[in-house]
Amino acid sequence: MIAIRGLSKRFGKKVVLDGLDLTVPKGKNTVVIGGSGTGKSVLIKCVVGLLRPEAGEIRIDGQDILRMDERELVSARRKFGMLFQASALFDSMDVGENVAFVLRRLKMYTEGHIREVVEEKLSMVGLRDIQRLMPAELSGGMKKRVGLARAIASEPDILLYDEPTTGLDPIMADVINDLIISLRETLGVTSITITHDMASAYKIADQIAMLYKGKIVEVGTPDQIRTTSNPVVAQFVQGRARGPITDESEEFVRFVSR
Amino acid sequence: MNGVARVAELLGERVYAMVLDLGAIFTLFLQVVSLVVRPPSEIRNIVKQMEEVGVRSMPVVLVTATFTGMVLALQSYSGFQRFGATSFVGSVVALSITRELGPVFAGLMVSGRVGASMAAELGTMKVTEQIDALVTLATNPVKYLVVPRVVAATLVLPILVVFADLVGILGGYFVSVYLMGANPYVYIAKTYQYLEFKDIYTGLIKASVFGMLIALISCHHGFVAEGGAEGVGRATTRAVVASSMMVLISDYFMTSFMF
Repeated sequence: MIAIRGLSKRFGKKVVLDGLDLTVPKGKNTVVIGGSGTGKSVLIKCVVGLLRPEAGEIRIDGQDILRMDERELVSARRKFGMLFQASALFDSMDVGENVAFVLRRLKMYTEGHIREVVEEKLSMVGLRDIQRLMPAELSGGMKKRVGLARAIASEPDILLYDEPTTGLDPIMADVINDLIISLRETLGVTSITITHDMASAYKIADQIAMLYKGKIVEVGTPDQIRTTSNPVVAQFVQGRARGPITDESEEFVRFVSR
Repeated sequence: MNGVARVAELLGERVYAMVLDLGAIFTLFLQVVSLVVRPPSEIRNIVKQMEEVGVRSMPVVLVTATFTGMVLALQSYSGFQRFGATSFVGSVVALSITRELGPVFAGLMVSGRVGASMAAELGTMKVTEQIDALVTLATNPVKYLVVPRVVAATLVLPILVVFADLVGILGGYFVSVYLMGANPYVYIAKTYQYLEFKDIYTGLIKASVFGMLIALISCHHGFVAEGGAEGVGRATTRAVVASSMMVLISDYFMTSFMF
């Protein structure tokens, strides 16, 4: 279980996360939704330790990763796998080396066994016979799946997905959705997904949380979110241009131009 | 007054940014020092970088050094003719190349070639989140990316300079003997007569420091790149300009300490 309490992060004067609270239950997929630039990526980068927040705590199985020193953090990070928005494959290495990277780095298996593990992880994401290809030769959907295979290579307990379906065609997006669900079912991983693709969110989520103005404004099951009474959440999930979110930003624009 | 204040403000901002950069580069240096011996060993990456920095920079360094030696002979020959001291051309070429021009020109060429490629590669990795990905794969990016580059550049630049010294002196010899008609025996004798071992090894120490500075500066600018392709371009330019400048600035101070 991941318990986030009072998380605050700012960049210069811009407050991105403002005392955010969120509980991510074990073995479930929690989807964080929110507009572009609302700090969704910042949230998961804080969770995985890529960014250091100013205040708050992030407890993973009871241990606060923000109180850890660099060495403890490195071992805590082994619990995580992360799928990046643009896959972030190492473009100087072929697919097989990408997937095997963490295994070789941590010397988790013998060299012969690593090949088997890589093949197994690639087949889990529905790919085979592509180990020798370079990332530049892959389509966007294949890159995402290789990125996923790389993230699960060391068998992490927690998976973080940064906009897993962004930039993919609807069919490939649904393939990724199915993969996320099957990974949760077969590996029993706890996961946090950030997205603004509501079709994907409804499909893969056990719990949806809406991030707005640096705080989680509502948490609920997909059905609860679909029929929410909160006007901010309703505007977002129904994708309407008019509503409290845009009214406020329009007010802001008027205020600035005056 | 407004204009003066703005100039002062702009200047202050630039100086502030420079001090921040220097601090970050020094921090990076300390990190490299503390990580260099820690397992896992980066020996494979170091060898790969040595090939990149050393073998692939060899042609450009050799060409530069040859022509530097040649033009040096040409210039000093016509200059020394005015007071009949042409027999010292050999000494001038040998001393200038080993003490100064070999290391500095190699450093400048490597700044351009290797500094640019390091900053561009690391900058691209930064803006495409590959560096973040390294962190999530239990890998310290400074150890994996910066340590091999700094170690390789520090070790390889002196080797480049040995060759640069050699071909530079040979270039001077050919111009003097075959174009200016100098006596080859006198020329060689004069080359050896005033050349001390210290001239060579101080040049090599300089080269080592240049290599380290170029790699540190270029890696730093790559690491802080942001804002897509444009940001990578900016980082590359900064890396080349800053490392070339640091080569010349550090050269002065090292020279003043060593001689």
